[in-house]
Amino acid sequence: MRRRWFFTLPAVTAVLLLSAAPALACGGLIGPNGAVNLLKTTTFAGYHAGIEHYITAFEFAGGGGAFGSLTPLPGVPTNVEKGGDWTLQRLIRETQPPELQFVRAAAFDELAAGSAQELAKYKIDALDITVLKGGADEIGVWAKDHGFRLPPDAPEVLDFYASRSPIFLAAAFDADAAAERGQAVGDGTSVHITIPTPNPWVPLRILSLGKNGEERIEADVYLMTDHAPALLPAPSGRNGLDLAFNAKASKSLLEDLRSDRGMEWVPTSAWLSQITIDASAEQLAFDLAIDASGQGTPSRIQAGLEIPGGGASYSAGVALGRLLIAVSVIGLGLLLMWRVIASGQPGVRPTAGA
Amino acid sequence: MPVIGRIAASIGVGLLAAGAIFQLGFGGERVRTVEIDIHYSHFDPPHLTVKAGQEIRFVIVNDDAIDHEWIVGDEALHQRHRTGTEPSHGSRPTEQTILAGQVVETLITFDKPGELTYVCHLPGHEAYGMKGTLTVLP
Repeated sequence: MRRRWFFTLPAVTAVLLLSAAPALACGGLIGPNGAVNLLKTTTFAGYHAGIEHYITAFEFAGGGGAFGSLTPLPGVPTNVEKGGDWTLQRLIRETQPPELQFVRAAAFDELAAGSAQELAKYKIDALDITVLKGGADEIGVWAKDHGFRLPPDAPEVLDFYASRSPIFLAAAFDADAAAERGQAVGDGTSVHITIPTPNPWVPLRILSLGKNGEERIEADVYLMTDHAPALLPAPSGRNGLDLAFNAKASKSLLEDLRSDRGMEWVPTSAWLSQITIDASAEQLAFDLAIDASGQGTPSRIQAGLEIPGGGASYSAGVALGRLLIAVSVIGLGLLLMWRVIASGQPGVRPTAGA
Repeated sequence: MPVIGRIAASIGVGLLAAGAIFQLGFGGERVRTVEIDIHYSHFDPPHLTVKAGQEIRFVIVNDDAIDHEWIVGDEALHQRHRTGTEPSHGSRPTEQTILAGQVVETLITFDKPGELTYVCHLPGHEAYGMKGTLTVLP
């Protein structure tokens, strides 16, 4: 019998209490019954020397069967490996009160793809990970061919990402295999994705996949950059994003992170930001663009606020504003031209006072 | 031209004219074609009006990368499908499965006036807004 897998989002999870909230990093989880579990999640995106290190975790939540998770990526990863043992927990300890220090990492991820091009495959514990390249239709076909069932908003969300970067990471989590491996409920497998990219961005809209518009999305995103980053959208609270921590990373944190598996890249000096997400699925219609260069110019395209190629903006208000400006400029130009032409023609006086 | 030839030509022209008149005046009314596009898990158009007794050829175009259903009927039928277990449809004209990127045609004649709805009953699709209304006029 063919197993049915479901897409969820990549995410690292932080669980304060087992009974409280399992967390997904940057993603939502769609269970076999179609229900969506809203989870508090944690993700880490570090950027240094032109390389984005994206770390998320998949948590074994019990039960059987298989789940899938799909993560859009800004570029083709050069490596996907088992993440470190304490990086996510250590980040949470750095930015949260002492009573929250007993945190366990957990995460979930997902995905599948269709007749898309399979660039690479990895096996990490009970996770089967495939790096895919393809448009929304190709990813959808691949997903179906591999037994994944996509939620109804998938066509639009996949288009949203594929128009900017046709790279996706599909992770199939086999709960049966996890149980056979002796993994207990709450045990997480963190995944470290290494992606060369001119500028990092963090997929946020994917967190709303499979959720209705009113459902809440809660997640934590940790950013580590060489300089204080410029973010788009800028966290304002009103847009569902809040800048909960924004300071130079402590020496002890950097040393602790650097001592974890695969974290040798952590520099000796860095800036740490924590963005907390508390938004409705409908509200979270964008990604988080980051300008880590210090220039202060995060990309509207990477934020998903503008379509690549100068196409229509996702914001009707912005589009209308630009249209009005353009009409005004053209109108002013025509008026000036008319005045110049008219002033050079005898008998034509553009104004009474001229 | 021989007389027989003229007669044959006249008959031919007459048949062509009759065919054209039939097609335009009668045939076009007998079967009406209605296209329904599926994009981002929504039906377009979301509202349709047809006449009772008229045969309708529905052409359903699935532009999405995922499979969909188009099931038209009254509320009782939809209630059955909300808890149904059929993995796919196609044997009944009013119940169709349209695979990703595929086109399906189905012929339906609605006998009675009334208000019907067309819905995709795959999990989560109706709640996402994948439904439309079909008014059958007398």
